[in-house]
Amino acid sequence: MTRNPPTDTPDAATAPLFLSARYILRLYVTGTTPRSSRAIANIRMICETHLEGRYDLEVIDIAQHPALARGEQIIAAPTLIKTAPLPLRRFIGDMSQTERLLAGLDLHIAAESFPPGIGC
Amino acid sequence: MKIPAADSTPSLPKSLTGIAGLDEITGGGLPAGRPTLISGTAGCGKTMLAMEFIVRGAAQFNEPGVFMMFEENAAELTANVRSLGFDLEKLVADKKIVLDYVHLERSEIEETGEYDLEGLFIRLGYAIDSIGAKRVVLDTVEALFAGLPNHGLLRAELRRLFRRLKDRGVTAIITGEKGDGNAITRYGLEEYVADCVIVLDQRIQDQISTRRLRVLKYRGTAHGMNEYPFLIGMQGFSVLPITSLQLDHAVSTQRIGTGIPRLDDMLGGLGVYRGSSVLISGSPGTGKTTIAAKMIETACLRGERALYFAYEESTAQIVRNMRSVGIDLAPLQEQGLLEIHASRPTLLGLEQHLVVMHDLVRAFRPTVVVVDPISNLTMAHDDVEVKPTLMRLIDFLKKEQITAVFTCLTGDGDSNSTLEGSQLSVTSLIDTWLLLRNVENTGERNRTIFVRKSRGMPHSNQVREFVLSGKGIDLVDVYLGGDRMLTGSARVAQEAQERAAATLRVQDHERKLRQLDSNRKAIDARIAALQAQAEAEAEEVHFGMSQETLRETATYQTIDAMAHQRGDLANGVGGPKDRR
Repeated sequence: MTRNPPTDTPDAATAPLFLSARYILRLYVTGTTPRSSRAIANIRMICETHLEGRYDLEVIDIAQHPALARGEQIIAAPTLIKTAPLPLRRFIGDMSQTERLLAGLDLHIAAESFPPGIGC
Repeated sequence: MKIPAADSTPSLPKSLTGIAGLDEITGGGLPAGRPTLISGTAGCGKTMLAMEFIVRGAAQFNEPGVFMMFEENAAELTANVRSLGFDLEKLVADKKIVLDYVHLERSEIEETGEYDLEGLFIRLGYAIDSIGAKRVVLDTVEALFAGLPNHGLLRAELRRLFRRLKDRGVTAIITGEKGDGNAITRYGLEEYVADCVIVLDQRIQDQISTRRLRVLKYRGTAHGMNEYPFLIGMQGFSVLPITSLQLDHAVSTQRIGTGIPRLDDMLGGLGVYRGSSVLISGSPGTGKTTIAAKMIETACLRGERALYFAYEESTAQIVRNMRSVGIDLAPLQEQGLLEIHASRPTLLGLEQHLVVMHDLVRAFRPTVVVVDPISNLTMAHDDVEVKPTLMRLIDFLKKEQITAVFTCLTGDGDSNSTLEGSQLSVTSLIDTWLLLRNVENTGERNRTIFVRKSRGMPHSNQVREFVLSGKGIDLVDVYLGGDRMLTGSARVAQEAQERAAATLRVQDHERKLRQLDSNRKAIDARIAALQAQAEAEAEEVHFGMSQETLRETATYQTIDAMAHQRGDLANGVGGPKDRR
């Protein structure tokens, strides 16, 4: 899991890593609050826009699975954890600040230009 | 440990911490079902106190607990408390305790809009439910402020968290780092935890660090307001319970002998009161330790236990030295009646010494405690500090009805000012004060003893000579004559002199009587001689007179005869007148 195999995506040989890597995301929410719903909708939209076809998004309700909160070090809700590609990142909030989220997911730069040599 | 439960139950239910001393100060523990804030600087024992609260709750009071930590992880904490004798792993395995390490890395976290701390709440709630916890610790919740940038939101969430803890009815401890200046905590946690605030503090004075605890606030209950020294020792956290808030210990009227009959005589014939404090002070070599050891031996021979804190000599040395004056402590040690605890006074600060004493006294439960000498304890400390700490010790021992014997070394020399000045700070706390002095006279030094004060009993005002020999201790009357007081060989010499003088006087009297007798005899003899003389003279007189009479008669007869011869005419006429 240290490196994403470039074979995952069709244009792996030429495109920078952040364009080719497969994203594994988990969103932890607490129940069906408006904030939870907003977070789910926001992250889905971002994934669909920027990571189409190369992401796994899992939504977990820790109210239903409280034991998971401890293992994943969940404090705030909602919390989004990006486990791949590395480094591991955590995002807290309702995912409404798209710019920040994109920057954190290394998708911000990708959306604008393709400066060579910038990886993870 | 006595907990005034009856007093506190109607006002506020409390949850015992099981921590020595803390339950006494707070009158029964922390407010049950409410959060308590513990604030203090780094390294002053917040985590330890919180941990002990959880561990003792689980182990002693059957109240499972959740320890949520933000700074140390579970393995570190387990290792840290194992050194104090708590087996956390076992308690965790037995589902008595849940350890939850909340890790928060600022660099990993990005805020992307609105959020709350529901994740933490669920996590805590789950931990509480999983073991049915009654106690919760959040150590140190302030770490959240470092991890999460939105402090406004954090405050609101903490308020909600504490509210929720209250609603759940768990007794919680929230720890917080002391803030700058007068702030109790760096992030003002005290605003949210308003029921009970305990402040810990660590100070270094004269290179000796002392930790102190203070109950800053305890809503709805009376509590000790002072700063109480505490120690994290072998048995965990212990607050010097010290001086109780009241001065109401029961007193005994029972008297116990000192083991020195004549000293008992000086103390109204019965010795000191049980549970009183005795100070034996004197310059070096006056026999302070010996008297103390004698009192210990006497107590042990009565079948009681005695605890001896030695700050000058090692155990073996004391035993050896006391044997030389006929006090054999070794068998008493073997029987478990006597425990000698020898340590260097500089090993610990004054408070720590007292904490150690507390621990040992509680464990050994003696009836007599000797501290030899207290002056060594006070050496490194300000006199200002000594008095309150000794007062605490005396109070504690009195409360436990333990007779306390303190020895105190005073300056050598005869000047009264140094002798008594150095003790001023403690003597007012003492019930019976025996003062030992060296008296130097005619080339030798002797020990004297007198009772300086002894509360509540008649006591002698006499100075006695204090004699140590292989047979033990004895008190001897000093020689008082004229305006002098003599001791030792001077006393012996003086007494011998007096005896000699008395003998001489007796002989003199006899001689005088004999002389009188012989004089009388001489006079009698003379009287006899004179009488004899008088009789002789009287005889002479009588003899002369009778001779004359005879002569006269003879003359008459001659005349008569002559007359008769001359003729009858002359018969009847004439007479001796005209004999010639």
